Amino acid sequence: MTTPPDTMENTPQASPMQRSALYIALRTAAILLAFTLVFTTLMASAYYLTAPRVAASAQAEKLRLIGVVLAPTFYDNDLFSDAIILPPTSALGTSEETRLYRARKNGQPAALVFEVVAPDGYSGKIRLLLAVSHSGPLLALRVTQHKETPGLGDYIDPKKDRNKGRPWITQFSDIGFDSVPPEQWRVKKDGGHFDQMAGATISARAVTNASGRALAWINVHREKLFALPANSLYKE
Amino acid sequence: MSAFNDIAKNGFWKQNPLLVQLLGLCPLLAISTSLVNAVSLGLATILVMLLANLAIASLRALIPYEIRIPVFVLIIAALVTVVDLSFNAFLHDLYLVLGIFIPLIVTNCIVLARVEAFAAKNGLAASTLDGVMMGAGFLWVIALIGGLREFIGQGTLFSGIEMIFPSLSGIQVLPADYPGFLIMMLPPGAFFTLGLLIAGRNWSEARANQRRLNQLKQAEHPGDKPAENIPPFAA
Repeated sequence: MTTPPDTMENTPQASPMQRSALYIALRTAAILLAFTLVFTTLMASAYYLTAPRVAASAQAEKLRLIGVVLAPTFYDNDLFSDAIILPPTSALGTSEETRLYRARKNGQPAALVFEVVAPDGYSGKIRLLLAVSHSGPLLALRVTQHKETPGLGDYIDPKKDRNKGRPWITQFSDIGFDSVPPEQWRVKKDGGHFDQMAGATISARAVTNASGRALAWINVHREKLFALPANSLYKE
Repeated sequence: MSAFNDIAKNGFWKQNPLLVQLLGLCPLLAISTSLVNAVSLGLATILVMLLANLAIASLRALIPYEIRIPVFVLIIAALVTVVDLSFNAFLHDLYLVLGIFIPLIVTNCIVLARVEAFAAKNGLAASTLDGVMMGAGFLWVIALIGGLREFIGQGTLFSGIEMIFPSLSGIQVLPADYPGFLIMMLPPGAFFTLGLLIAGRNWSEARANQRRLNQLKQAEHPGDKPAENIPPFAA
């Protein structure tokens, strides 16, 4: 909006056209850089000011989520300091490192809380949080992230399930391979034990199969997982 | 004062971002699956449009015309980032509902369009009002579409409101065994609904024009009968 100051007379060696093109380019770049600096500073300060609160609410959110699958009465240790790191594990469907929380009561192993990914949802991955008790059965299962069709496949998330009295996902509470053997751990449409909604089988199948695979994996690795020192990386 | 009236009317109806300018279709498709989602995104959009128009109107003297677009994009993206972070930190419950939608506001061309078409050329007060009114125009249309899609698609209204107000819960409007109407919940449903609303708006505008025309004729030739039976699209 402002015209560049005219400095042509002082530099007769450069032709006016070249000089002004370079001048305009540099000047414009400088203005753009100034705006970038100001607004990056704005974003950086917003980040700096909010980071502690964001981290605290993420932690609280995680604890709240864990509380949904594992009642606080079940354990008396600090889950966040008694966690171990799982490498990407195909049986859990994870493609990056995840944390596994070990719940203990009076020093005795009580339950494991960990993340599982169902890779074959109707529209992409479905992330699940599982609590498996030390004695064997699955305690509870919740969907933490999904992109299933609203109003159709999203009943796997109890918040969206229209059956408020007995949401679909609660079928997986307190159930293990002793009551539903591994070959029955499928949706009814596949000849298994678990219900699904007609017309939206894929989401239910993905969750059911992923939880079955995870439970089988935990049954093999349970004691080793509890024995590992806190904060170490698990190796199969 | 009439200038401010015009700004309000433009945002709400005459130049409505969704019905007339057809801007902001990306968030419309993604979010208008339920009334609560739609209203939430609409409110967040109003906030961002207010901030963006305010920022550009106050900085416009410093922004060279030739590089205004990169600067506008930079400012809008920075503001959305700040809004996103602040919601996460200070309004965490609301953020859990809106969180995934806020970054989508960057993709809403209406923000850039108003900055470019209005805030870059007008004063602070007018630009702020324009941002709010254009945002409000976006809000009421996306809310209407969200409500219609939720009602026809799922037979409910206000589902998900418990995430914002835990004491309330959604209403099952149609019988609980209503099978749903899937296509309304999928993106095509948003296009169908928007198309019908645009058609409705065009129809009512055409009728109003026809009426005005008839009144003019009436004034010129008081003896003539008003041409009432001309269909709205005849001209």
